Amino acid sequence: MQLYNPVILEIIVVTTGFVVLLAEAFSPKVDRRTIAATALFGLALALIATFLVDPGAIQRSGGSLAQFYSADFLAIYFKQFSIVATMLTIILSLEYSSVLERGIPGSRPGAGVAEFLTIPIFACAGLMWMVSAVDFIMIFVSLELVTISFYVLVPYTRLKDRSLEAGVKYLILGALSTGFLVYGITWIFGVTQTTSLVAITELRSYLTTDARLPLLFGVGLVLVSIGFKVAAFPFQFWIPDVYQGAPTPVTAFLSVGSKAAGFVVLLRVLEPFLAIQGVGPKLIGLLVVTASATLLFGNLAALLQNNVKRLMAYSSVAHAGYLLVGVASVGAAVSGQAIGFYLTGYLLMTFLAFFVLVLVSKASGGEEIDKFNGLGKRSPFLAFAMMLAMVSLAGMPFTVGFFGKFLIFTAAVEEGQWLLVIFGAITVACGFYYYLKVVRAMYWQSAPDDAPAIEVPVYVRFTMVILMALIITLGIFPQSLLTLLSASK
Amino acid sequence: MSLSPLLFIILIPIIGALFSATGVMPRRWATIASGLNLILVLVLWAVYPAGQGEWAFTSKLPVMPALDINFSLGADRLSLIMLLLSTIVTFAAVLVSPARMEKGEGMFYACILFISAGAIGAFASTDVFFFYMFHELALIPTFLLIGIWGSGDRQAAAWRITVYLALGSFILLIGLLGLYFITPEPVRTFDMRKLQEMGGIIPPVGWVYATLLVGFGILISLFPFHSWAPQAYASAPAPAAMMHAGVLKKFGLYGMLRLTVPIFGDSVEWVTHLLLILLVGNILYIGLVTIAQRKLDWMLGYSSVMHMGYIFLGIAGLNVLSLSGASILMLAHGLSIAALFALAGEIRSRTGTLEFSHLGGLAKQFPGMAFLFGLAAMASIGLPGFANFAGEVLVFFGAFAAGSSAEATRLAGFNFYQIVTVCSLWGVVISAVYMLRSYRNVFFGDALGKAPTGSDLSFVTRSAVTLLILALLLVGFFPGLVTGGLVQSLIP
Repeated sequence: MQLYNPVILEIIVVTTGFVVLLAEAFSPKVDRRTIAATALFGLALALIATFLVDPGAIQRSGGSLAQFYSADFLAIYFKQFSIVATMLTIILSLEYSSVLERGIPGSRPGAGVAEFLTIPIFACAGLMWMVSAVDFIMIFVSLELVTISFYVLVPYTRLKDRSLEAGVKYLILGALSTGFLVYGITWIFGVTQTTSLVAITELRSYLTTDARLPLLFGVGLVLVSIGFKVAAFPFQFWIPDVYQGAPTPVTAFLSVGSKAAGFVVLLRVLEPFLAIQGVGPKLIGLLVVTASATLLFGNLAALLQNNVKRLMAYSSVAHAGYLLVGVASVGAAVSGQAIGFYLTGYLLMTFLAFFVLVLVSKASGGEEIDKFNGLGKRSPFLAFAMMLAMVSLAGMPFTVGFFGKFLIFTAAVEEGQWLLVIFGAITVACGFYYYLKVVRAMYWQSAPDDAPAIEVPVYVRFTMVILMALIITLGIFPQSLLTLLSASK
Repeated sequence: MSLSPLLFIILIPIIGALFSATGVMPRRWATIASGLNLILVLVLWAVYPAGQGEWAFTSKLPVMPALDINFSLGADRLSLIMLLLSTIVTFAAVLVSPARMEKGEGMFYACILFISAGAIGAFASTDVFFFYMFHELALIPTFLLIGIWGSGDRQAAAWRITVYLALGSFILLIGLLGLYFITPEPVRTFDMRKLQEMGGIIPPVGWVYATLLVGFGILISLFPFHSWAPQAYASAPAPAAMMHAGVLKKFGLYGMLRLTVPIFGDSVEWVTHLLLILLVGNILYIGLVTIAQRKLDWMLGYSSVMHMGYIFLGIAGLNVLSLSGASILMLAHGLSIAALFALAGEIRSRTGTLEFSHLGGLAKQFPGMAFLFGLAAMASIGLPGFANFAGEVLVFFGAFAAGSSAEATRLAGFNFYQIVTVCSLWGVVISAVYMLRSYRNVFFGDALGKAPTGSDLSFVTRSAVTLLILALLLVGFFPGLVTGGLVQSLIP
């Protein structure tokens, strides 16, 4: 069924955001569970609507919207992706809210929690526009909407120094990366006289040889900016501190949502330029170097971490590396599917890990790996969930993480990217070491005697079981998701 | 799609593991699951039409049509041999597991059964991709078994084996992808049965062969990629060592018999020569290292690495004799090393140590154990009457006859294969030296150190080890039992 114009999706999401925000403002007594439920309902509505939209509606209407907004399969898929990530973030935030209250000044208990549940919805709208953007101006505006939402979310627990520190770092570096983006766009505009990616595609055969160098420079600057968003080396240095300082649900959202949208933009931006003679091969070279460095840095630095949040931060860098391997092998037939599949798997396993992390750190008051000691005895369910998340992140067969890596390296071998394959071999082995450190803590070590019992609320347990089932099912039968993704190619 | 009985023998251990993991009577569930599996495999063995050597019990479920990946199962004689090995050793490993455990009994049996499911799945898959996936299923249970229930420097051992094997698996994966992409476009497949018949179609590309050799080699503990093995086996609890050394390590050898032998053969000379040189390292160098060991568990670990050399020689020989020998030797080595590790575990639980300098005269107190250990040691040396002898003889004859005519490099009238075979023959002497020495050391002479506690082997343990040794004797006296249809599996 193709009933609606795709624009309606963002309208639903933004409306939900405003409704929730106003509900909090006008009736302060509303329970935060009600607020979360309303938000989830609105997002679920938008999610259902994504299956009912007519992707061609905008192109047919011929309005000016079509020049900067695309609703192709790729966009629709990643809109669904963003909505799911936001819903998971809200569920996680609800679970986290008791910790959150301790970190914010407030006249009454529970004040400010509603905003914390609302801002991700606006970030979600930003992500949804971002994956549809086919014009640099649109990319810039939607990216800023996402980034500004995160400026608010990262230092949200402002009574904690670490959170404030993270906020300042994120603000300064985010602003810097925006600067790179705008500067890059100006150079590209200077050469091509347009900001539309579609127009650049049409115009590329008319470009003279002189235009190549400035164009490369402009695209390079844009790549720097995207590099900040997806945590590619050497623009990953903000990641560990910000991830550690931010409230945990924000960390999860940042590492999944921001990364996914960043990769979609990366693919969209690269597409017209890769076909330009004298520019494309150089860009691939640049990507190979970045991917290698990201792989090595993320994985090697993760080896020494003792804090699960920092571990996840470096793991986020490492996974950006694997995704970049896919981007650098973009000529291969499976590359597009591989990136989509990998990101989906990454969403499932990262959120699962963060769910366990929130529950464990809420009970034990810390995020170090040794807080997980003896979890296998204390809470077999959580321990198994965490083990599944970790082995999937490491790339164990029969989990979604393995198929992700498999597809990425299939693309790399097909394209003959041997350097990346060799680094891949080294870093996959590293991955087993640091992810299994958590498994070791849970099963080898015994729990301290005063370790508190961990409660798992029903709705959290339900969400986690769904995530676990998806991780295993997609790890054995990936075709259902691949079919969805092959339509997006 | 028809339902293959092989699906059940993969699922039974997994279901058994889930039941065990609940912690309610885990030992009973594990015994039932592994016993049932053994019976099922024996039934399959009996109904398999041996004469034609064709694939039986096949089923196919598409998983990723774009790359021709299917969840396809099937078995021929070679798979059945490996399945028999897996189920016998699993059953024995469950039986010899300590009856009372301090921590996490449910988890322990769940891990053993998961390793079993991984191995069985790998041997029953006729799709390269699932063959690979099933093998890695065993990685985490091994990590947990060594880490939680191991002895000695268990942490270091567990890390080492896990990271090393993860690396080896990834290299193997790259090799398999390479194999996929060097295949001419229209016939690209992950189907093992199709790949086996593409000897002339797939171009002999050296780097793919070499990558596969290194990938499989790491998993098999090919010299010089062996260093994870002795340490892990020494630290692992006896059932885990039995499963890994006895069954799981055969995965790589099985993979070579299925893929590199039929596809590449001897078409890439430098890789074949590399393999021949490295396997001499396995036999002679590791053999000497084995002699130098001061602890029984380390000695057994090294001896299992060393014996891989004979099987490699059989694989390198590339003729009917040597390949059949390699297959029989895989079975024989798996059974004999499992028996030895089981007994070493029993010794450790009675004396608290496995150092030769602290052991001695155990035969007086534990005559039953001494008798069984003696038999297992003789089998491992390759005494006639045991399956190991049948395997080794075939390997040596086959390898000596290999590559004889056209070979250019000759030394005193011997070609390269023959020189390697002659060197390898010395391995028999070496293994006799270390096995007999350790046997004398542990079971005869004066009692050293503190007196061992406990009584002779329990009935259950005794039966488990006897089962392994009976299988060895049976195949040793009647090798024809396992070779029906084997030739067709090896040379399609």
